[in-house]
Amino acid sequence: MARGIIIEDLYKKYGEGDTAVEALKGVNMQVGPGEVVGLVGPSGSGKSTLLKCLGAVIEPTNGRMILGGETIYDQKWNIKDLGALRRDSIGFVFQAPYLIPFLDVIDNVALILMLAGKSNDESRKRAMKLLEALDVAHRAKAMPSQLSGGEQQRVAIARALVSHPPVILADEPTAPLDSERALAVVKILHEMAKQYETAIIVVTHDEKIIPTFKRIYHIRDGKTVEEAGEGREI
Amino acid sequence: MISLAGRDIAHSWGKFVFTGVGLGLLIGVTMTMAGVYRGMVDDAKVLLDNSGADLWIVQQGTLGPYAEASSIYDDEYRGILGMAGVDAAANVTYLTSQISQGDLDVRVMVAGIVTTEAGLPGQPRFLVEGRHITRGHYEAVADVKTGFKIGDEVKIRRNHYTVVGLTKRMVSSSGDPMLFIPLKDAQQAQFLKDNDAILNQRRRTAANPAFNNPAVPGLLDAVLASQSVNPFVNAVLVRVSAGFTPEQVAEPIRKWKRLQVYTRAQMESILIEKLIKTAAKQIAMFLVILAIVSAAIVAFIIYTLTIGKIREIAVLKLIGTKNRTIAAMIIQQSIGLGLIGFVIGKIAATFWAPIFPKYILLEPSDAATGFVLIMVICVLASLIAIRAALKVDPAEAIGG
Repeated sequence: MARGIIIEDLYKKYGEGDTAVEALKGVNMQVGPGEVVGLVGPSGSGKSTLLKCLGAVIEPTNGRMILGGETIYDQKWNIKDLGALRRDSIGFVFQAPYLIPFLDVIDNVALILMLAGKSNDESRKRAMKLLEALDVAHRAKAMPSQLSGGEQQRVAIARALVSHPPVILADEPTAPLDSERALAVVKILHEMAKQYETAIIVVTHDEKIIPTFKRIYHIRDGKTVEEAGEGREI
Repeated sequence: MISLAGRDIAHSWGKFVFTGVGLGLLIGVTMTMAGVYRGMVDDAKVLLDNSGADLWIVQQGTLGPYAEASSIYDDEYRGILGMAGVDAAANVTYLTSQISQGDLDVRVMVAGIVTTEAGLPGQPRFLVEGRHITRGHYEAVADVKTGFKIGDEVKIRRNHYTVVGLTKRMVSSSGDPMLFIPLKDAQQAQFLKDNDAILNQRRRTAANPAFNNPAVPGLLDAVLASQSVNPFVNAVLVRVSAGFTPEQVAEPIRKWKRLQVYTRAQMESILIEKLIKTAAKQIAMFLVILAIVSAAIVAFIIYTLTIGKIREIAVLKLIGTKNRTIAAMIIQQSIGLGLIGFVIGKIAATFWAPIFPKYILLEPSDAATGFVLIMVICVLASLIAIRAALKVDPAEAIGG
């Protein structure tokens, strides 16, 4: 499983001594390339902590993480430049699109490639292809404030995909959208996962989209339980 | 790589331009303050340049004639003229006066000059209109800044003078325009008393038995006559002959005439380092305060702009933007603001400088120094914002 993500016995403890809080208590997950899985759980269950560990934003306390066939964490980070790891190997889609307001759509998408040292032309060409695939190419020169909520979320998905990362972490990507648009976004995620062989982890509370996942991880008290989903076609 | 700072500025250009205009006006005021100081120094130099003198001979132990009162007999110049290396020597008298003419009410420095021969030190060096003073009394040459015109009649003390010529950039060290009149008139005007005071003085002298001694006929008349004339001038200006240095000529005058002699360099030092020293310090204080205020404003603006973009900075850091790229973005924005401010400030100062009543000299070298200082201030002012931006946790983009 070269392009997926594997998490083994992941622990995360905040603080020390009596005030220590163990947010993750041995999380195990495995998401293959082209697969979209749901990660659900109540507030305070450790979803955000897990997402931050997977996103190389905070350091786990223990465990192992293999991303795209490379062990990135094994008791400690094996990667020095976590920023470059996030840029090249992890895509992020947030609840709100968080597009950069002073960049137009195409540069919002192309920015990651530019940061990686690709030329502006090449970055924009690749960004344009994704925008076309996501049906927002006609808004390439628009500013984020000129887009609808659905369009903004599609641009955010394009931004997450543009560097062809092995994994995309989507944090409540359909929360601000109505049912129709939410399902459309999830459909895009499924299609893109297949097309780009990307593993996508969708953190969600959204009852409308949970049935679309073939596998769902439930997280409760810092531990995950895997469950088969309905895998309903959209 | 695209310029993130450039895009941000282009996106919110209105905010940047208006902020830059505000900052620019402050920078313009700072530049003007520097220009006021330069103008004062230039006024002092112009006063010395336009006098056409190499040496200033004044009362011993004084810093006259501009920085302190100086009084020497008006026949001293004769002896000086005969000394080696003296090409020309002429008496001068200066007095500051408030002169009204029509609707004009102008503060001028009246200069009493020798008019018997053209080209003597102290005379106005060039005219822009009219002619030089040719009569011994009641003619005047005025600087154009007085607002007087050829043919105007101006009143100094009790006498009326006709303006026969106009000159330019002839100002006192405090920037007041000069009005040249014949020496004798100026000497008279300098100590002219009103009629009541003259009568009172005569009564007092007549009442003094030492002056009104019946055993010495004619003594009282002689004393009264001596009280009605002013045999003093403020200085003798000397032009040195070719082949002599000012110091060579000054030394024997100091030795034999028992007078104070200043060279051009010494006089410049008196005017700049003594006469306008306090004013210069005052302006320097203003400059420092304005620089601090400008830095504080830039720091506050850049900090506010950065804090307003915390979420975007968190996203940028999350997607792998290096700290140095974010720091460069903030510095570039700060420098951009400084650039806008500098351009606006320079334009504003250039436009409003001629409106000021005193001479404002905007030196290109000061502008260049100001530009460098503004850039340094902008970079330093952005450090607080950079510190705040680098502290942003990329996890803030994820929330939770």
